Amino acid sequence: MEYLPNILFAIVLIAGIGFFAKNVGRLRRNINLGKDVEVSDNTSLRWKNMAKIALGQTKMVVRPIPGMLHVIVYIGFIVINIEVLEIIIDGLFGTHRILAPLGAFYDFLIGSFEILALLVIAAVVVFWIRRNIIRLQRFIKPEMEGWPKKDGNLILYIELILMFLFLTMNGTDYQLQNLGAEHYTQAGAFPVSQYLAPIFQGISESALILIERTAWWLHIVGILLFLNYLYYSKHLHILLAFPNTYYGSVEPKGKFKNLEAVTQEVNLMMDPDADPYAAPAEDAPEPEKFGASDVTDLNWVQLLNAYTCTECGRCTSECPANQTGKKLSPRKIMMDTRDRLEEVGKNIDLNNGEFVEDGKQLLGNYITNEELWACTSCNACVEACPVSIDPLSIIMDMRRYLVMEQSAAPSELNNMMGNIENNGAPWPFNQMDRLNWKDES
Amino acid sequence: MENQLNVPTMAELFAAGQQPEVLFWVGCAGSFDDRAKKITKAFVKILNKANVSFAVLGTEESCTGDPAKRAGNEFLFQMQAVTNIEVMNAYGIKKVVTACPHCFNTLKNEYPGLGGDYEVVHHTQFLKHLLVDGHITMEGGQFKGKRITFHDPCYLGRANGVYEAPRDLIKKLDAELVEMKNCKKKGLCCGAGGAQMFKEPEKGDKDVNIERTEQAMDTQPEIIAAACPFCNTMMTDGVKNKEKEASVAVMDIAEMIAKAEDL
Repeated sequence: MEYLPNILFAIVLIAGIGFFAKNVGRLRRNINLGKDVEVSDNTSLRWKNMAKIALGQTKMVVRPIPGMLHVIVYIGFIVINIEVLEIIIDGLFGTHRILAPLGAFYDFLIGSFEILALLVIAAVVVFWIRRNIIRLQRFIKPEMEGWPKKDGNLILYIELILMFLFLTMNGTDYQLQNLGAEHYTQAGAFPVSQYLAPIFQGISESALILIERTAWWLHIVGILLFLNYLYYSKHLHILLAFPNTYYGSVEPKGKFKNLEAVTQEVNLMMDPDADPYAAPAEDAPEPEKFGASDVTDLNWVQLLNAYTCTECGRCTSECPANQTGKKLSPRKIMMDTRDRLEEVGKNIDLNNGEFVEDGKQLLGNYITNEELWACTSCNACVEACPVSIDPLSIIMDMRRYLVMEQSAAPSELNNMMGNIENNGAPWPFNQMDRLNWKDES
Repeated sequence: MENQLNVPTMAELFAAGQQPEVLFWVGCAGSFDDRAKKITKAFVKILNKANVSFAVLGTEESCTGDPAKRAGNEFLFQMQAVTNIEVMNAYGIKKVVTACPHCFNTLKNEYPGLGGDYEVVHHTQFLKHLLVDGHITMEGGQFKGKRITFHDPCYLGRANGVYEAPRDLIKKLDAELVEMKNCKKKGLCCGAGGAQMFKEPEKGDKDVNIERTEQAMDTQPEIIAAACPFCNTMMTDGVKNKEKEASVAVMDIAEMIAKAEDL
C-alpha cells in the first residue's frame, strides 16, 4: 500500500504520455498525406529562422501589446515546466522537492516560477478580456463562431487553473514548512504564494496536507490533460511553431513555384521534333492533376501549416480583401484545410487505413470560389503570420485547379488570358503596336 | 521634345553589332496603357539624359505571364515565359530594368527556374544607382518641400524587400516624405494584384483602392508617389473617387525625377 501513490502516478504518467504519442502518430500520418516537397536546402538559414521566429518570438512583438503578453505566457510555459521535471521525479519515487538540495539556486528557481505564474495569470486575464469584453475584431469574425471561440477560451481557463493550482500547492507547502510538518523540507522561496497564507491560517495540518496533495495531483494531471488536449485544439502551435518556422519558405515572398508537371507539357509543346499526334506510351503514368481541390493535393508543408495555425487572425486583419468586406479570410483557409484534413484522417481510421471516397473535398465543401477569387496575392497574410504560415500558397494552388482543371475562371479573367495568348498582352492590343508609345506625343 | 526620345531596339543594336548594358523591359502597361506610357517616356528621358546604354525589345516583347500565373493559369504563364526567355537568351541579355514591379518579380524570381537568368532591377533601384554613381544629379526643383506619401507596391516591397530605393529618391527631391499608417512591410495593397486588375472585385463593402486612398489622404499629401503602373491606376481612380484630383496628384517616381529635371 505504501507504494500505491507512486504506482498510480506512474500509470497516470504513462497513460498521459502514451495517449499523446498516439495522437502525434496520427498527426504525422495526416501531415504525410500531403505531397512530398523538397525542403532540405538552406539548412543554416532555416535553423536561424526557427531560432528567431519561433524561439525568439520576433514576429509576435510586431504588435507590441499582445506580443509582450504572449512572450510572458511563453516564457512562463517553458520555465514553469522545469518544475514539472521535479514533480515527475517526486511522483515516481515518492520524494518531496527532490531538487531542494540545490539550495539558493532552488530558491531562485521556485521564486521565479512563482513570479512568472503571477505574470501568466495577469496576461491570461488580459487575453480573456480582449476576446470576450473588448471583443477585438479579429476574434469575432464569422469563422470564429462556435468551437473556435470556445477552444480559445478553454485554453485560457486551463492555463488559469494550472497557475492557481501551482500557487496553491506552493502556498500550502510553505505553510506546512512553517508548521514543521513531516516530509515538508524547508526549501524554496515563495514571493507570491506566501501572500496566500491568510487563507490557510487556522487550517489543521492534516487538512493542509490534503489541500497541498490535491493541488499537486491536479496540477500534474491537469498538465497531462492539457498535453492531450493539444491535438484537438488550435493550441498545437506551442509545438508545431518550431518545425513550421523551420520548413517555412526561404524564398522572396513574390516567388511562386513553377509547376513541374506544366513545364514538361510546355517543353513538349515547344519541341519542334515532338509528334503532336503521338498517343501516350502504354506505361505512361497518369497525367498529374494541376493544382489542388482537396487536402491530399497540397504538399505536407501546407498541411503542417494548417495544424500549426492557432487562429490568432493577424493574417485576416491584414488582408485587404477581408478589410473591405469580402468573404476571403486567410485564417479560414487554414482552418478549413485542417478541418478537412481531420475529416480525411478520421475516414482513414474508420476504414482500416484506406480512404473511402466521401463525396467531399476542400474546394466547394469548405472553401468557395468566391473566397479564392477575392485574393490580391499581396502577401500581407504571409507577412503577418507570426509562425511562417503561407495561406497564399493554398489559395494559388486552388486557383490553379479551378483554371487548369475546370476552366472555371471568372469570364473577365478568361478574356485577359485569351488576350495574352493571342496578342501577348492582357488587353486586346496588337503586339506589333508595342513600341508605338515612342512616337506618340 | 517627345520626338527626341532615343529608344533603340535590341534588333537594331544587334544588326549594328552592338550590345546594350541593360534591357529596358517596358511591360504591357508601360506599352499600352495611356497613363503608364507617360511613366515609360519619363524613364526613357532620364535614361537618355544619363547616357545609359539600353534597348527595348519592342514588338519582340510579350507579357511576362504574371497575371496568368496569379490567376492560376500556370500553363499560359510558362508558355509566355519560355517564349520570352528564348528571345532574351538569343540576344544574350544579362541585365534587365523594368518600371513594373509585377514584371520585375516574375523576371527576377520565376524565370530563372525556366532557364532565364538575368540580373533584374526595378527602375527605382536603377535610378538610385544612377544617382549614387553621379550619372544624374537631382535637385528638388518644383518638388522641394512638397508633402509626398509613398505607396509601396506589394510586388516590390513585401514580395522582394525593396523599400528604401524609392524613398531615397523622394528624399533626394528635397520633398517631405510622410508615411501612411500602413507602410513598408505592412503596406496595404492597392487592389490590383493577383490579376484583380482585370476583373471586377468580389462582393464586399468597399473597394480596396478606396481604402488605400483614404489611408494616403490621411497624410494630407500633395502627391501620392507610386512605383507601379497598376498601383498608379488604382490610386488615381481612388483620388478621383474622392474628388481630390485637383489638389492631389498621383505620380510615378520616374515622372517626378524627369519633371524635377525639366526633361
